[in-house]
Amino acid sequence: MWTTVCELKAIVPGTGVCALVGDAQIAIFRPHADDTVYAIANIDPFAEASVLSRGLICEHQGELWVASPLKKQRFRLRDGLCLENRDYSVASYAVRVSDGRIEVQS
Amino acid sequence: MAKTRLIVVGNGMVGQRFLEELCEKGNPAAFDITVFCAEPRVAYDRVHLSSYFSHHTDEDLSLVKPGFFEKYGISVLVGEAVKQIDTAQKQVHSNKGKILPYDKLVMATGSYPWVPPIAGSAHHECFVYRTIEDLNAIESAAKQGKSGVVIGGGLLGLEAAGALKALGLDTHVVEYAPVLMAEQLDRMGGEMLRRKINSLGVSVHTSRNTVNIAMHGGRTGLHRLNFADGSTLDTDVIVFSTGIRPQDTLARYSGLFVSERGGIVINDQCVTSNPDIYAIGECASWHGQYFGLVAPGYKMAQVAADHLLGRKELNFTGADMSAKLKLLGVSVGSIGDAHGRTPGSRNYIFQDDQAGIYKKIVVSPDGTKLIGAVLVGDVDDYGQLLQMKLNDLPVPEHPDTLILPSYAGAKPAMGVDALPASAVICSCFDVSKQRIADAVAAGCHTVAAIKAETGAGTGCGGCVPLIAQVLNAELAKQGFEVKNHLCEHFPHSRQELFHLVKVGGLRTFGEVLARHGHGYGCEVCKPTVGSILATVHNDYILKPEHTPLQDTNDVFLGNMQKDGTYSVIPRMAGGEVTPEGLMTVAQVAKDFQLYTKITGAQRIGLFGAHKGDLPEIWRRLIDAGFETGQAYGKSLRMVKTCVGSTWCRFGVQDSVGLGVELEHRYKGIRTPHKMKFGVSGCTRECAEAQGKDVGIIASDAGWNLFVGGNGGMKPRHADLLASDLDHDTLLRYLDRFLMFYASTADKLQRTATWLESLDGGIDYLREVIVDDRLGLGAQLEADMMEVRAKYECEWKATVEDTSQHARFAHFINSPAHDPNVAFVPAREQHRPASPAERKIIPIKPVETV
Ligand SMILES: Cc1cc2nc3c(=O)[nH]c(=O)nc-3n(C[C@H](O)[C@H](O)[C@H](O)COP(=O)(O)OP(=O)(O)OC[C@H]3O[C@@H](n4cnc5c(N)ncnc54)[C@H](O)[C@@H]3O)c2cc1C
Ligand code: SF4
Ligand code: FES
Repeated sequence: MWTTVCELKAIVPGTGVCALVGDAQIAIFRPHADDTVYAIANIDPFAEASVLSRGLICEHQGELWVASPLKKQRFRLRDGLCLENRDYSVASYAVRVSDGRIEVQS
Repeated sequence: MAKTRLIVVGNGMVGQRFLEELCEKGNPAAFDITVFCAEPRVAYDRVHLSSYFSHHTDEDLSLVKPGFFEKYGISVLVGEAVKQIDTAQKQVHSNKGKILPYDKLVMATGSYPWVPPIAGSAHHECFVYRTIEDLNAIESAAKQGKSGVVIGGGLLGLEAAGALKALGLDTHVVEYAPVLMAEQLDRMGGEMLRRKINSLGVSVHTSRNTVNIAMHGGRTGLHRLNFADGSTLDTDVIVFSTGIRPQDTLARYSGLFVSERGGIVINDQCVTSNPDIYAIGECASWHGQYFGLVAPGYKMAQVAADHLLGRKELNFTGADMSAKLKLLGVSVGSIGDAHGRTPGSRNYIFQDDQAGIYKKIVVSPDGTKLIGAVLVGDVDDYGQLLQMKLNDLPVPEHPDTLILPSYAGAKPAMGVDALPASAVICSCFDVSKQRIADAVAAGCHTVAAIKAETGAGTGCGGCVPLIAQVLNAELAKQGFEVKNHLCEHFPHSRQELFHLVKVGGLRTFGEVLARHGHGYGCEVCKPTVGSILATVHNDYILKPEHTPLQDTNDVFLGNMQKDGTYSVIPRMAGGEVTPEGLMTVAQVAKDFQLYTKITGAQRIGLFGAHKGDLPEIWRRLIDAGFETGQAYGKSLRMVKTCVGSTWCRFGVQDSVGLGVELEHRYKGIRTPHKMKFGVSGCTRECAEAQGKDVGIIASDAGWNLFVGGNGGMKPRHADLLASDLDHDTLLRYLDRFLMFYASTADKLQRTATWLESLDGGIDYLREVIVDDRLGLGAQLEADMMEVRAKYECEWKATVEDTSQHARFAHFINSPAHDPNVAFVPAREQHRPASPAERKIIPIKPVETV
């Protein structure tokens, strides 16, 4: 099921936001000033705190990640893989932009 | 303050080095310096004296940088000697009748060649080998003659023999002992040297005791040397090289203590028996020993200058007398206990008569350490062996492999990596491995560049192979981990980028990345560039183009806590807060259910604020007159103050007043890392200012400024940058210091590590900040003024710009608070629930007003 969460332009390019979809906190990132968006779980699995949407988007190994604002572990935007320890990878969600609005599948 | 009148007696190699140490690394303005220079020219390089015959100009040998004396207002009396020091009146009398008063005096009179009392040694054609005048005299005598004899087969004698040979004379060396260079070489080494020298056409006569020199006037020479064994030797020119003696006559006459074996007695600080008089170089005697090499003299020059400047940190601790020379084209090296005199020591010897090579190492009785070495004919191993001895490195299991030729295989490579960073690579100029590594890191990628930058290798030259090794090792290291580069996206150090941003007038991360980097950027370069942009332009940090660069702390203008909530810390400059302010803080804390605590930085912290509540919390604080304390930013956090003279009965200055002023002056300026200041009202130092990045301690005459201190993980005491400053000078130096730090430090480098990484450390920093040697002062001050002018309270701007507020909501699509934040009671307040606790507490968002 696709849920509309917000307008694309509500996200400052280069940053992320957190959306409440059902019971889930989902971090949605917009790395560039276009309509590329990614969605992964918002909970940092190391601290179990809802913070990933507030991390810095970074590029390593030719891919985009978000660095947790708490202790800087990195999670791959496209699938939630944790670079430091794959046992701590987080869920990822299908996400799309339609009609200027961001929709997440849950 | 009246200047200290300083007289330096002697302008030889060490005297000149002393002046450089004092003026270039110290504080020349505090001194009024007069130098007596008995020779008809100012200091020159005596070590390379022999090259005078090939170059023939004394300028080539000069040790005085052009304009040096003028630059520091030093008056030099060339050709004028001190003939008496009146220590009671504290004045000196010169041979030209001048009388000059002094406060401090430095003796650097060197030594004189000692000529044994042999009948006939005062003949016209008998010379010594010490000054350019001596060389001129020898040269003109050589033009008339055919043959020459050097009496004395030590290091200097062989050097003189080389000169006579080069002047075209049939050359002989006469030595009293059975071997050449008896000081430095063992018997077999001396024997090998003698054979090599003989083969070069210089006749060596050992075990010859010269009893007199007769005028001969025959065809075989002007003079005849008669030896004790009845043999004779005829020659035209005679050069005595029978040892040197410290030039301590003047000191004797002036009542200074002089050692039994000669030399002015000094202590570890190079102070003589008179507390106002220092002695340095070959004229000085330390623990009954004098040093006939230049390196120990240079060390003394450093120590004396340091002591005179009141720093009193350095001590003279003796010197290593190892030496490497090329005599008559034969390389010779001698290290430590060359004779193996240490009881029980073990010798390992390699000899190759065909190639004329002799090598010996002396190893400690337990076989673990190298204690001495002799090398003749092949000194390639000198640097390694010397370092091995100086640094007590372990010798390999088979020590002889150290000196076996490489074709014997398995030569252990010590490798410069084994050397500690503090290892002195160049003893002539006291240059450590670290210093060379720093020079390489700073871009010196050739031996020549390192020489120019550090002076290493420009003395005896013995260390050059080792410099090359350090250079290569450092370059190799850089090739692997290019350690200065910010990250994979920027092939530049933070310092370079700072410069590029400033010069290029770049204003956004996008521009910087496009011009100087590549890719998308990462968690390292984004905040670093963000901080650089902030320092250079001091723009509102939350402009949309800047937000993606900032750590979350900066994005939401609060320090994120472990549960995702934020702390709220208003500025309480200098630790001052009014009762009304306290009431507002208390009310806000109650209304938003914030845990309240005095922080380590003399202010009140409110913890556990929901992101969404931040704008409202800050609106109320700002309405009450507070502003952001920037507890989240890499910038000046606070100025800790003691109560100071306004209340404290010991205080001599108003530390709180100054602290408040400084906090307001520098608030909001982004720096490579956070900064803390401290101001104490007297030397009791209740504000612990010396543990801060900037520490200011009141003195009776003003303020003493310390920098580079740190508490935290790696405590460091701050270094004194300048003392007794008046208020305006203090601010000026601080402006310069902060800007210089902001523009040159590496990413996330606190002032303490930055200072330690500066080549030359605090002395260099003092040159930049106080002496303005780089001429940057005015620019740094202007830059500081510019960023200061742009200060605005980020929270005020954010509160006023309501379009920003939406960003603070936890969910983009719901007004709810973060359901994952929960508290449990603790000591009458509350703390974040642990994840385990959170699972059992029913989640109940905190109510807000
Ligand atoms: C040929 C030669 C080769 C050398 N090779 C080496 C080497 O390879 N390695 C090494 O380490 N060392 C070497 N040395 C030794 C080195 O030159 C000395 O260690 C060094 O010069 C000592 O410096 P100094 O300032 O103490 O004395 P000096 O350089 O001798 O300076 C003393 C100065 O004080 C002046 N003076 C004395 N009395 C008075 C007075 N009353 N008033 C005014 N002025 C006065 C003297 O005229 C002289 O100019 C060599 C020396 C010679 C001569
Ligand atoms: S440092 Fe001096 S002035 Fe300040 S509180 Fe301590 S004793 Fe008083
Ligand atoms: S050791 Fe003499 S120049 Fe370096």
